[in-house]
Amino acid sequence: MVDSSGTVRVNGTIRKLAHVPLDRPLLAVLRNELHLTGTKYGCGEGQCGACTVLLDGSPVLSCQVPFSDALGRDVTTIEGLVREGTLSPVQRAFAELGAFQCGYCTPGMIVAATALLRSRPEPSRDEIVSALDRNLCRCCGYRRILEAVERAAALARGQASR
Amino acid sequence: MNEIARPARPWDRTPPERREYFELLGAGLVAVLPGRRPGGEGGSEWSPPTGGAWVHVGEDGRLRGFIGKAEVGQGTRTALTLVLAEELRVAPARVELVMGDTDLCPWDMGTFGSRSMPDAAPALALAGAGAREGLVQLASARLGRPPTELEAADGEVRAREGGAALPFAELVRGGRHRVLVDPATRTTPPSNWTRAGRPTVDLGAEEVVTGRRRYATDLDRPGMLHGAVLWPPSYGARLRDLGVAPASSAPGVQLVREGEFVGAVAASPLTARAALRVLPATWDRTPQPSEREIEEYLRSHPAEGDDWDTDDDQAGDVETALRGARWTVSATYRSSYIAHVPLEPQCALAEWDSERLTVWVGTQTPFRVRGELARTLAIAEEDVRVIVPPTGSGFGGKHAAPVATAAARLARAAGHPVRVAFSREEEFEHGYLRPMSVIDVRAGVGPSGDLVGWAFANLNGGAAALRAPYRVANRRVRSTQARSPLPQGSLRALAANPNNFARESVIDELAGLAGLDPLVFRERNLADDRLLAVLRQVTARAGWAGRSRSAGRGFGLAVGLEKGSRVATVAEVSVGRDRRVQVDRLVSAFEAGAVVNPDNLRSQVEGAQTMALGEALYEAIHFDAGVLANPRLSQYRVPRFSDLPEIDVELIDRLDLPPAGAGETPMITVAPAVANALFDASGLRLRSLPLLPSGRLPAAPQR
Repeated sequence: MVDSSGTVRVNGTIRKLAHVPLDRPLLAVLRNELHLTGTKYGCGEGQCGACTVLLDGSPVLSCQVPFSDALGRDVTTIEGLVREGTLSPVQRAFAELGAFQCGYCTPGMIVAATALLRSRPEPSRDEIVSALDRNLCRCCGYRRILEAVERAAALARGQASR
Repeated sequence: MNEIARPARPWDRTPPERREYFELLGAGLVAVLPGRRPGGEGGSEWSPPTGGAWVHVGEDGRLRGFIGKAEVGQGTRTALTLVLAEELRVAPARVELVMGDTDLCPWDMGTFGSRSMPDAAPALALAGAGAREGLVQLASARLGRPPTELEAADGEVRAREGGAALPFAELVRGGRHRVLVDPATRTTPPSNWTRAGRPTVDLGAEEVVTGRRRYATDLDRPGMLHGAVLWPPSYGARLRDLGVAPASSAPGVQLVREGEFVGAVAASPLTARAALRVLPATWDRTPQPSEREIEEYLRSHPAEGDDWDTDDDQAGDVETALRGARWTVSATYRSSYIAHVPLEPQCALAEWDSERLTVWVGTQTPFRVRGELARTLAIAEEDVRVIVPPTGSGFGGKHAAPVATAAARLARAAGHPVRVAFSREEEFEHGYLRPMSVIDVRAGVGPSGDLVGWAFANLNGGAAALRAPYRVANRRVRSTQARSPLPQGSLRALAANPNNFARESVIDELAGLAGLDPLVFRERNLADDRLLAVLRQVTARAGWAGRSRSAGRGFGLAVGLEKGSRVATVAEVSVGRDRRVQVDRLVSAFEAGAVVNPDNLRSQVEGAQTMALGEALYEAIHFDAGVLANPRLSQYRVPRFSDLPEIDVELIDRLDLPPAGAGETPMITVAPAVANALFDASGLRLRSLPLLPSGRLPAAPQR
């Protein structure tokens, strides 16, 4: 596979990458080339959601996206959700409710939930379940994550009304 | 990655008076609860599992506790922080815990068996209380008042009636105060707790939600390279010929061979793996049994001389009792091999500094891994440091650490730090599995509904929860081991899950034969008052007496005790026309003594029950000829959001009892309660775990 030089906009900053094989998964590029380790490897086959990032605003499983697909596009990772030192509503809700245990799945959960709330600001329980069903948590039993997403929706509404 | 410098020798192998507490941590006061020496007099890996604790109060105001347990996501870091903060009388956020660092922490057998709270919490509390008393003594000398007139509060020692007060930092300034803690020191009883016992969210929440928490997989060192291991194509296969000379590897790749071990090092993990994939290695395979014949294989291959997790308890005359029983059950229950599936596959980073080795590895047993590294690398244990970074869960699967030895070998050969991270497939194939259980049960009931005979034998699965909590005069319970063809070891709750599944299913079978309600039958025969209490609590909460039966709906009950805690569960299931099964609700009562952190405990219970649901319904490792057939998440189903039933938990806080282990017990009633509910709904008695490999209820009774 040929190597490529190209640019990707990651968390708002244009990053130039040289000599990266075009078929290399975006996940590996983020973690190994750009040292953005918040995005996690869990299975490498798109089954666990730990590697979820936003590509042009839509949630994708970055272990399944070849680097070539990300060229010239906009990637948002967990590191990009903090704005001016302030946690996003989803991050705040997960932190306040302690919606994690080991925390390894949490970045993927938060990114997936962020995408959901952008398209559905007031999701039903069923909508949250179906939006997050690609994301696995092995520790905490899911309920608290559902509640965190609901609280995040409420927090975001509160912010919007201020 | 660890701001505390390396001592000359690991502190657990150095007498307390020769440890460089003040050189490495700064002036202040250190309270030391002596631990046992590993391997030496009064201690071995299997000795009583307490390794002591120490607490350092710095002149810079820092308060640090040291404990040998590892935090792998079960929330003990926060719970133990609360316990220490309680004794030091400070806000939890002021306390730092150093955990799972073999150079700095007291020796510990390992983080398993739900021992973190029962073992580490009292040790840390003692060290904290010792530090507090030492601070009060210092204040007493400074203020010229007897210690009884002083108290520690909010980071200072002050006169009880007000007035004079001295901050901890001020009290220890410039000092080198060493307090050897008397194990008889009084700690704060749970009924007086003001910090512990309150719901507390993980103290590291912000680094988790921002992606800044660095797990082993995220660590980096200057000059670090990536390693990969060449694995045999099947269990039992031995390397015949590598096919190439190690020096002839591809550019940018270093091949390493040490005896049977073969690995590769490269700048990227993908490059290292690719180099191994193309090796023309040849292997000698040995015949391995297939899944179809596994039960017969285990029955015919006892593990002679292996007494791991065996038990044999007998009383009375079980054969005569069974012959005289009014009703009897004779059945074989089974559970499949299953995998842990921690979300973070195992990973280690090894770095050599002249002849000394440091390995960062996500493991539950840092001290055991230290010994394993010393043996494998043929160096002194004193020259090995294992540090457990935040770890993406373990569930009993991170005891051995094959990644650690691989990384250390490769780092030594390459002359660079090396990180080895398992792929998901490697995590399935080269960790170990929960053993398959084959459980033969024969049980009998007398005319009045009393258990009269109980014969229960677990082959290969283990002894946890083997002994029944029921009153029965004539019994024989046994756990024996077989020579498993698949690698097997610990897994959260281990044999307690299959053993409780078998026992509580048989109890329901017997209740049915005797014509008694499952609740009444258990009330009549249970021998444990705390278990009876949770049983009554859960049946009241779930409305057991008034449950409304209808076609395709069922209710099941199960109780169990393990690791000192008690649980009872009512499951509600529905079976559709297409025989699809829905677990609608799990209602449980759980009692684990005094509750330290209700918030985390609730999360642990819900998480344990969700995990148990996967084991109950669909998790199974498939294999043939020494090769796993489904070592992927696309082929091995674990519970997802859409599988979640309503989980309703009542926590019973027993302030009169010490905290018991809580990470495993909530699992043990899920499978039997669901199996009993499926029987209630359908009349089918399912005796193998997983209960529903196809997701549907079978049409005819199983064998």
